[in-house]
Amino acid sequence: MALLDIRQRTGYLFMAVIIGHIILISAQVNTDRGVPVLEAVTFGAFAEVQRGASTLIGGVRTSWDDYLALQSVRSDNEQLRREVAQLQVALQQQRALAQQSRTLVDLLQLREQVQLETVAAAVIAGSASPDFRTLTIDKGSADGLRPDMAVIAPAGVVGRIITPSARAAKVQLLIDRNAAAGAIVERSRAQGVVEGTGGDLRLNYVSGTADVRSGDVVITSGIDGIYPKGFVVGQIESVERGAGEFGTVVIRPAVDFSSIEAVLVVVSPVLSGVEEPVAIDEGAATEPATQARE
Amino acid sequence: MKAVGVVIAIALALALQTTLARFLVGGTVALDLVLVVVVYVALTSGPVTGMLAGSLAGIIQDALSSGVIGIGGLAKSIVGFLAGAIGQQFIVTAALPRMVMFLGATAAHAAVFMGLYVLLGLRSFPAPWAAILSQALGNAAVGMVAFAIIESVPGMVDRRRVRRRL
Repeated sequence: MALLDIRQRTGYLFMAVIIGHIILISAQVNTDRGVPVLEAVTFGAFAEVQRGASTLIGGVRTSWDDYLALQSVRSDNEQLRREVAQLQVALQQQRALAQQSRTLVDLLQLREQVQLETVAAAVIAGSASPDFRTLTIDKGSADGLRPDMAVIAPAGVVGRIITPSARAAKVQLLIDRNAAAGAIVERSRAQGVVEGTGGDLRLNYVSGTADVRSGDVVITSGIDGIYPKGFVVGQIESVERGAGEFGTVVIRPAVDFSSIEAVLVVVSPVLSGVEEPVAIDEGAATEPATQARE
Repeated sequence: MKAVGVVIAIALALALQTTLARFLVGGTVALDLVLVVVVYVALTSGPVTGMLAGSLAGIIQDALSSGVIGIGGLAKSIVGFLAGAIGQQFIVTAALPRMVMFLGATAAHAAVFMGLYVLLGLRSFPAPWAAILSQALGNAAVGMVAFAIIESVPGMVDRRRVRRRL
């Protein structure tokens, strides 16, 4: 029928009236969920519109982020690389600080254990020449340091003060060729003199009949008047019996001289040293000592 | 002027419908005088007027009843539009076509009205055929009478004028 043709004015009017009534009815009738049909249909339809708009906006945004906005990625990347580098440096600094803290804790424990009057000092420099095994600490005569004072670390004996200035001091390491210390084998109490070779230590002047074995812990004897008695020097690495009275005993130092950061300088008389071997590090030096006591 | 007449007719039909309902047992009447008015308007004035009259009358009827406002309006709008459209396409001036129109309009109105209620799950109409048929017959009868009365009014006036001149 021509009257029902939607293209005519009557058709539009008819559709408008029908839709108006449907809307009116929908506003009063509830769905199964108790929501008015008009609200449900309107919300449902608008939700689809929102979904479509969201999809459209998401697509545009994705296109923008994935393609157009990449223009600044290069500069961002460079900036991020710089930040990563800075953070890596900062991380290393933090690690260094943590390690330093651990070292200081060990040092504090050593200080409490040895019951000697000590001065804590930080290593501020190494040796100026490879022929001399020394290091410089940040404490000097102004802090009570004098020549021939023993320098110890949590792992064991480090060396002695040789040149103190007002605010710094040079320490001769025990592995220096000119360094020596009275020592005994902890297990057998065999005595000798520890001397540096520039890289490791030798236990000289040990009786050929002495009970010395590889793995024995060597500690200071205190007879030299410099190092307090009972501090770990190192561990016997090898023993070579010679034809003469003395053999060659190689000692692996208890202290890692290449990574030492903080030390204690013993400022009290050496005779008040400790009897038991002192080494805070949980390394090889302490463990053999325990085994030897057993 | 025609719109005012339609509104007055709807108002009178509603008033009469509600008045009759008060005096009948059960409060129901097997007549829909408002629907009769809508069909009459549609047949005499066309589909648009019939539709608008049906819409207005149905909404008022819904508002006065306890049903969903709009269902009666939608049913009467459709009926008014279709009746007007058919009245324009076919000659319905004879008694029989008019009766058929009233019968068909009542049936269509009942179908839309009850169908929507059932579809929306708001009401049920068990065995409605007898009620629909009785209402259709009643509406047709009232409509036929209404047409006859209204169409006879101008002739009566003219005849009185002629008699006075003679």
